[in-house]
Amino acid sequence: MSDKLFDIQNVSKIYGPEDTGLVALADYSFTIPTEPARIITIAGESGSGKSTLGELLLRSSPPTRGRILFQDVDIWKFNEQQKREYHRHVQAVFQDPFGVYNPFYRIEHVFDMVLRNYKLAPSKEKGRELTEESLNAVGLRGDDVLRKYPHQLSGGQRQRIMIARATMLKPKFIVADEPVSMVDASLRASILDVMMNLRDEFGISFLYVTHDLSTAYQIGDQILLLYQGTVAEHGNAIDVIGNPEHPYVQLLIDSVPKPDPKKRWPGEVELPAEESFRTAAATGCRFYERCPKRMPRCETENPGRYDVGPGGHQAACFLHEPGTAADESREPANVDAH
Amino acid sequence: MRNAETVLEVDDLRVYYATPQGDVKACDGVTFDLRAGEILGLVGESGSGKSTATGGVLRTIGSPGRIVSGRVVLDGDDILEFGDEQMRRLRWQKLALIPQGAMNSLNPTMTISAQIADVIETHEGRQPETELRERILGLFRNVGLPARIYSMYPHELSGGMKQRACIAMSIALDPKVIVADEATSALDVVVQRVVAQTMLKIKDELNVSFIMIGHDMGLMAQVVDRLAVMYSGQLLEIASVADMFQTPAHPYSEILIDSVPTLTERKPMRINEGITHDPRNPPSGCIFRLRCPFAMPVCAEERPPMTEVRPEQLVACHLWQKDENGEYVRQAV
Repeated sequence: MSDKLFDIQNVSKIYGPEDTGLVALADYSFTIPTEPARIITIAGESGSGKSTLGELLLRSSPPTRGRILFQDVDIWKFNEQQKREYHRHVQAVFQDPFGVYNPFYRIEHVFDMVLRNYKLAPSKEKGRELTEESLNAVGLRGDDVLRKYPHQLSGGQRQRIMIARATMLKPKFIVADEPVSMVDASLRASILDVMMNLRDEFGISFLYVTHDLSTAYQIGDQILLLYQGTVAEHGNAIDVIGNPEHPYVQLLIDSVPKPDPKKRWPGEVELPAEESFRTAAATGCRFYERCPKRMPRCETENPGRYDVGPGGHQAACFLHEPGTAADESREPANVDAH
Repeated sequence: MRNAETVLEVDDLRVYYATPQGDVKACDGVTFDLRAGEILGLVGESGSGKSTATGGVLRTIGSPGRIVSGRVVLDGDDILEFGDEQMRRLRWQKLALIPQGAMNSLNPTMTISAQIADVIETHEGRQPETELRERILGLFRNVGLPARIYSMYPHELSGGMKQRACIAMSIALDPKVIVADEATSALDVVVQRVVAQTMLKIKDELNVSFIMIGHDMGLMAQVVDRLAVMYSGQLLEIASVADMFQTPAHPYSEILIDSVPTLTERKPMRINEGITHDPRNPPSGCIFRLRCPFAMPVCAEERPPMTEVRPEQLVACHLWQKDENGEYVRQAV
């Protein structure tokens, strides 16, 4: 078997005409190894393209350019059998744990549907056993929840049930798109804990799509920060959030409200009066208009991704281009880290 | 802040919702005051009664809810006694609301300026066109919106701009009190920071007081002056934000503060289950005792009263008892 679960090769997603349309994801390459399982966080603000990547991996829409390989096979060249297998191996958990349930059915219905559609169990007893196992994996018990209706459970419990449903299929990968953003801040830990547990005990990797950097910091192995469809910075979550190098990521991390009334936000930030759309025809750094450290060349040239730290920590900013004045204080960059 | 004038006094407010199985006490004896020029944060989980409590203050509770008892004193008047017409005149003028998901509360078929003009003219009658325009542009400046959005429609603005347009509308008639219900929770962090800055600026420039509802303790730490913690319809603690974070007095406040993930340290997360009892059938005694790590026999018998255990820090918890010197100390359990 391939050692690459996913191999994302130069993928772009453009909505509208290829030359003038809206760029949701620009020329993006990334590999996700089969082992060890990891939580890969995609973070960014609304419209940064973070959900687009999840959609592409879920096969909801094809990339405009580039290829996505799953265990060495292009996911858009699957036969029927492979498609079915794929949708079993790659599961999704979405933002709204309130809207995904039919309010007229008890919780057990969610599991019965999966058991039936995928013919997972030869008997009712076996089915109940599988259901119980997957509920236990998310810290719930069948007796407590299966006979209940969705409205009788908290948002955190509902979201964990959606994760339990996904795990019943023994997936290799789960796309979790903002799984905690509609759940109370104080209850989010229960969901994040389940994700870490599934990674460690069941070897399931996650694509954790979020705008919340503090939860990404707590559970993410790797992080990719997107700005307007381009990767601004990526690396190990601890390195990127601990030592952000891209001006956008610095602004973002600085703006996360710290739970300490003695450390309040310093200074004022301004937002641009209007954001220009990132059409395929546009050149230059996407963050140019808002960047406090912009240089003339940033308006017309696209920065590459430059090494800024260990573990593949890279930032897409000319300030970190090897050999430039800003980079001189830095260690020689390891060109092969990518 | 201690000697600041009180602008709003909420006294033993009770709002119940009728259900076939009996009343749900969504706001069950809530008492607090709001001082001039302060932001009071109101935090709690979904279903803790934050929006119901402020709904009682704003008199926006509809069937099957009803205000059962209590007093809400604004400018010396108990507004729970007011008739509908008196109340209508009061809204926007003295008491304004930035509703939850405010940016979706704008009318998509009217320009931003027309909607603000509507608020002004409904209360003050027809205004000369140039004066009205100047006034609306002034409001835009207050909240940092550019003049060119004057004739734009809501869909032409970003989420943060719509949110600030709602703040502009809320200050149009120079109210004393603004209730901001989760005013920034749907926004990206940078935009959230800008909107929060706007509220702080408005507070200082116009000396207006805010009640800010939310569940993000991090945001509360950044913005509010005092913080009130609600759980299942009851206030459990109220204190200055500094005291609340430094020396929380209620076990539930501790849990809320502990469960905020930080960006500086990776640590095992504190796992909570949320409100677990059936709200139609709340536990006897202390409302929090089923989830409290320190519950004692007395907690099942008596509802603990709000007690000032330190200056300006009030808490409803049996752990706090007077020692031999008459000082309140928290019992070790």
